[in-house]
Amino acid sequence: MARDGEDDEREPHLMVSGKALVKRFGGVAAVAGIDVEVRRGESFGFLGPNGAGKSSTMRMIACVSPRSDGELRVLSMDPETDGPRIRARIGVVPQLDNLDVELTVRQNLQVYGRYFGLSRARVRAKAVELMEFAELSDRADDQVEPLSGGMKRRLTIARSMVNDPELLLLDEPTTGLDPQARHLLWGRLYQLKQQGVTQIITTHDMHEAEQLCDRLVVMDGGQIVAEGSPSELIRRFSTREVLELRFPPGEQDGQLSRVADLAGRHEVLPDRLLLYADDGEATLEAVHARGVRPVSTLIRRSTLEDVFLRLTGRSLVD
Amino acid sequence: MRTMDRSTERMPGLALRILPFGRYTRGPGSVVERSMRVHSRTWVIMVSGFAEPVVYLLAFQIGFGALVGQVAGPGGQLVDYVAFVAPALLAASAMNGAIFETTFPVFFKLRYAKVYDAMLATPLGPFDIALGEITWAVIRGGVYSVAFVLVMATMGLVGSPFAVLLVPAALLVSFAFASVGMALSTFLRSPSQFDYIRLVVMPLFLFSATFYPVSVYPDSVQWLVQVSPLYHGVELMRGLAAGVLDVSMIGHVGVLAALAAVGVVATSRRIGALLLG
Repeated sequence: MARDGEDDEREPHLMVSGKALVKRFGGVAAVAGIDVEVRRGESFGFLGPNGAGKSSTMRMIACVSPRSDGELRVLSMDPETDGPRIRARIGVVPQLDNLDVELTVRQNLQVYGRYFGLSRARVRAKAVELMEFAELSDRADDQVEPLSGGMKRRLTIARSMVNDPELLLLDEPTTGLDPQARHLLWGRLYQLKQQGVTQIITTHDMHEAEQLCDRLVVMDGGQIVAEGSPSELIRRFSTREVLELRFPPGEQDGQLSRVADLAGRHEVLPDRLLLYADDGEATLEAVHARGVRPVSTLIRRSTLEDVFLRLTGRSLVD
Repeated sequence: MRTMDRSTERMPGLALRILPFGRYTRGPGSVVERSMRVHSRTWVIMVSGFAEPVVYLLAFQIGFGALVGQVAGPGGQLVDYVAFVAPALLAASAMNGAIFETTFPVFFKLRYAKVYDAMLATPLGPFDIALGEITWAVIRGGVYSVAFVLVMATMGLVGSPFAVLLVPAALLVSFAFASVGMALSTFLRSPSQFDYIRLVVMPLFLFSATFYPVSVYPDSVQWLVQVSPLYHGVELMRGLAAGVLDVSMIGHVGVLAALAAVGVVATSRRIGALLLG
């Protein structure tokens, strides 16, 4: 069995390495030539709106979708020729849960482990351990269908751990979950990170990306438009603070010209005006000094949401 | 790669005793194992499969048998009508069971439950899935077939020790129809399209020399009957039950084996095309 490091001695720490990676469906390029590297132990994010090419990239990495062009190595192997060997060492959490509804919670874990060729004794023990991890021990012998969305998601993540993967692929892990379920899940993912499991996460949730990712790329239209840690991206593409101004309906356009020059950059959202400034307080004073009276104001730190707005020209919350 | 831990193989569980091939290729074996888990609580329902052949054969013995009397079986010897029709019913039941198991359940797993997507995220590939699912259908059909043959023997409907070969013959018929059935299921897009499959299976059941010899048909349409895969199963089984063996049986086996092979490969390719885009 080829361990990474033997196959690719130059970059043994690279879990994934793609160069000019392309995925075409018919004539349409869902992924239009991206370079991406994921290092051992890190949590790496693909950030972008629906249709940006995140999931297509994930499927190529998971060896369930052949690349149309370019280079790709996962665990220093080529998905085209070593698919089964790669898949044996990764875990996949798909965007939509595909738990086996004909089996119980426990059986889902055991049967899935058997797909990896693990022994019966091993999957029996592993299922108990993973149900503990996912806080589902008391539902062990229940069917999957009545579980809540958060429980199913936790079970899907537990299932992806059955083969002790070195690399975990999480496609929108918390989409559609309530805040409590999300925080519980983030806690679990952090725990896995502490154990050294490399994670690749796609999301269109800025908060999630800031919480989970050491490093991320922003994708738009099949391409990578920026890359870095969340704080790096914020420094590079936004200001330290943002001043949000809300006006009565219909008045926003008229007020824009009176305050636009107070900040280096501004964004017009349907319900509010964003002024990008390093000192929000001072900018607000300047706004007031011009006699502009918004209904409400807010000074906050820049977030990835602002980076995204800058890079793609649209809000992600859609 | 996938045989990391062999320690448990020295103490094979129920599944391994039933499935000796599980030792050779782990992939399809784990797919079969899933089905066994799913059906572990429905064995009682499967046992009801015993009742079906009994009811059928009694109906033919008591009802038709009285009406029809004796007919010319394989090799020209006269046999009771029920002995003539029993091997054909065995073939038909192997076909129906295989088609049943590989149409709706497969469609459900493929299109709705996404069971195969989940499998493909593991080291399993489309061929493992195709072979595993078809094998399960054959195993399930095999249970019924053994029951059927036992009932036939009990009722004195087998005329030769060669009749033990009815079981492998039934498995072959199951395999052929399960393969083709699963391949066809991958083309279906909505449950209502299952009517098309029924539209094909029903005439096969009725016109494949099941209830009367092929000589009943005019020469000009006999070839059409011989195109039916079930016809080959029926002829094979009728010969085995009567103990009348001849070279044509090699041809029947060949046709069924070819269908089985083509079906497995086609299923595997279709699953790959649908899910590995």
